[in-house]
Amino acid sequence: MALSIDDIKKIAHLARIEVSESEAQATLSKLTGIMGLIEQMQAVDTTGIEPMSHSQDLTQRLRDDVVTKENLRAEFQKNAPALGNGSNEPAVAEGLYLVPKVIE
Amino acid sequence: MINSSLKQLGDMLQAKKISSVELTQTFLSRIREYNPNINAYVALDEAKTLAQAKAADARIAAGNAAPLTGIPIAQKDIFCAKGWHTTCGSKMLANFVAPYDAHVISQFDAAGAVNLGKTNMDEFAMGSSNETSYFGGVKNPWDFDRVPGGSSGGSAAAVAARLCAAATGTDTGGSIRQPASLCGFTGLKPTYGVVSRYGMIAFASSLDQAGPMAKSAEDCALMMNVMAGFDARDSTSLNREKEDYTRDLNKPLQGLRIGLPKEYFAAGLSADVGKVVMDAVNEYKKLGAEIVEVSLPNNGLSIPVYYVLAPAEASSNLSRYDGVRYGHRAAEYTDLMDMYCKSRAEGFGAEVKRRILIGTYVLSAGYYDAYYLKAQKIRRLIAQDFVEAFKQCDVIMGPAAPSTAFKVGEKVNDPVAMYLEDLYTIAVNLAGLPGMSIPAGFSTSNGGKALPVGLQMIGNYFDEARMLNIAHQYQQVTDWHTRMPELNTQKEAA
Repeated sequence: MALSIDDIKKIAHLARIEVSESEAQATLSKLTGIMGLIEQMQAVDTTGIEPMSHSQDLTQRLRDDVVTKENLRAEFQKNAPALGNGSNEPAVAEGLYLVPKVIE
Repeated sequence: MINSSLKQLGDMLQAKKISSVELTQTFLSRIREYNPNINAYVALDEAKTLAQAKAADARIAAGNAAPLTGIPIAQKDIFCAKGWHTTCGSKMLANFVAPYDAHVISQFDAAGAVNLGKTNMDEFAMGSSNETSYFGGVKNPWDFDRVPGGSSGGSAAAVAARLCAAATGTDTGGSIRQPASLCGFTGLKPTYGVVSRYGMIAFASSLDQAGPMAKSAEDCALMMNVMAGFDARDSTSLNREKEDYTRDLNKPLQGLRIGLPKEYFAAGLSADVGKVVMDAVNEYKKLGAEIVEVSLPNNGLSIPVYYVLAPAEASSNLSRYDGVRYGHRAAEYTDLMDMYCKSRAEGFGAEVKRRILIGTYVLSAGYYDAYYLKAQKIRRLIAQDFVEAFKQCDVIMGPAAPSTAFKVGEKVNDPVAMYLEDLYTIAVNLAGLPGMSIPAGFSTSNGGKALPVGLQMIGNYFDEARMLNIAHQYQQVTDWHTRMPELNTQKEAA
């Protein structure tokens, strides 16, 4: 199925990546080439083949229900980005992360 | 000394013929000399590095040295190392300082090895030429006009140019083996699950695997003794007994059955690479090996399958970069959605965005069965090909890359041409098998400088010690792995 410019814009929105009109055009041509490569798969008969998600047949290990991690919040928050919109202060306050208001 | 094996360096350190500080200074001074041209390292911290070297000397003096104590190792910038910038080659993480150590890093620390610095790489390990790095490309030490391969291009150039004693890499579709072939050294991608992925920045989690990049098979074995082992913090780490990867190095190869897949010697392979690979195979015959033809009929499908599965996993893994808690946040935005979209548009490079978009597409409603599920089914067919092949042989051999190192800029604008670089390596990741590339000779067929060619070896699950033995025996009768590129003339010409 051929990709359209609207497909690119829709996928980019789902992926939360802003694309300009010219970027969308350039992306369309590159992705069309890559999808052409991927389409080779459709010629293969896979009737009755079990999908393989992983090379090892593993079951999830369980651990004892005890606290194993130390609280590294202060350490982690040193990597907080700058707030933005004119402020170079780290986007943290009272141990929380600051984002634009989401609830009116 | 820069061309000494890890074993020789360890012996010299423990006999106190040289100190770790002196050895580390030797490599740091080579890095100062050549890194401005080669760009193999993206982060250096001499104070931290030398503190580790001093601690190693104290440990040696106290008489409890391990084999790698005091040896300077370069770490791919995909591994979190506490207090070090850890960027994964991306603008997204340009300011990220790791708050903890990856399992691989803490294993080297426990062994007393010295962290020499963090090496350049394709952004989020997506690339086969190191040209997608936000921090600029890496020169191939054999020819500064050419790429070192990727994604572990910085580690590859550092090993080849002797800017470290050895290095770490990661391999999702060939990122250890292809640069090992293009730069002329020994690289091993272990069986999936042998080396913990804890603290290793995720690309495609069902394929990502760390491994050693070093001069020789013996060096790789010593590195594996440090890197491999169970770690409960990685849910796919395999709980197996600890192995000594050096245990079989000296076994004879009499009776070894080498499988040559006919699909690896078909269209797509450069004639010069094919010749070097067959010369190496003939050397193995002299060592007592017998050659059988095998078939991997679905190998050609590994590239389309990989470019569904790896981007699908990547689009999920990279959704964590949202500009909220760490990583790049846009300077200007209107609301939360705008902040996400702008931060990700600015923080990711073109190739990473392409793969996120492909992954998002193949996982989106209505397309899941046609792409993602279909790819998973063909993945099983590809893995089954190896099961059949290993009924007839002990190891598989062939090229690691279709050609020698290509020119900077040659493939960067043609993603599909770049993806074909991994034609012989990707199936190994899809199956989860161990794979190696070892130096097998040089080609001058491009009319310019002699360029290295790697021989790929693929083993059955958990056969790393046997593969290292097979590579080591070849390295006893050849000297390709000891050859060093000429750097000074190239540096002056640059």
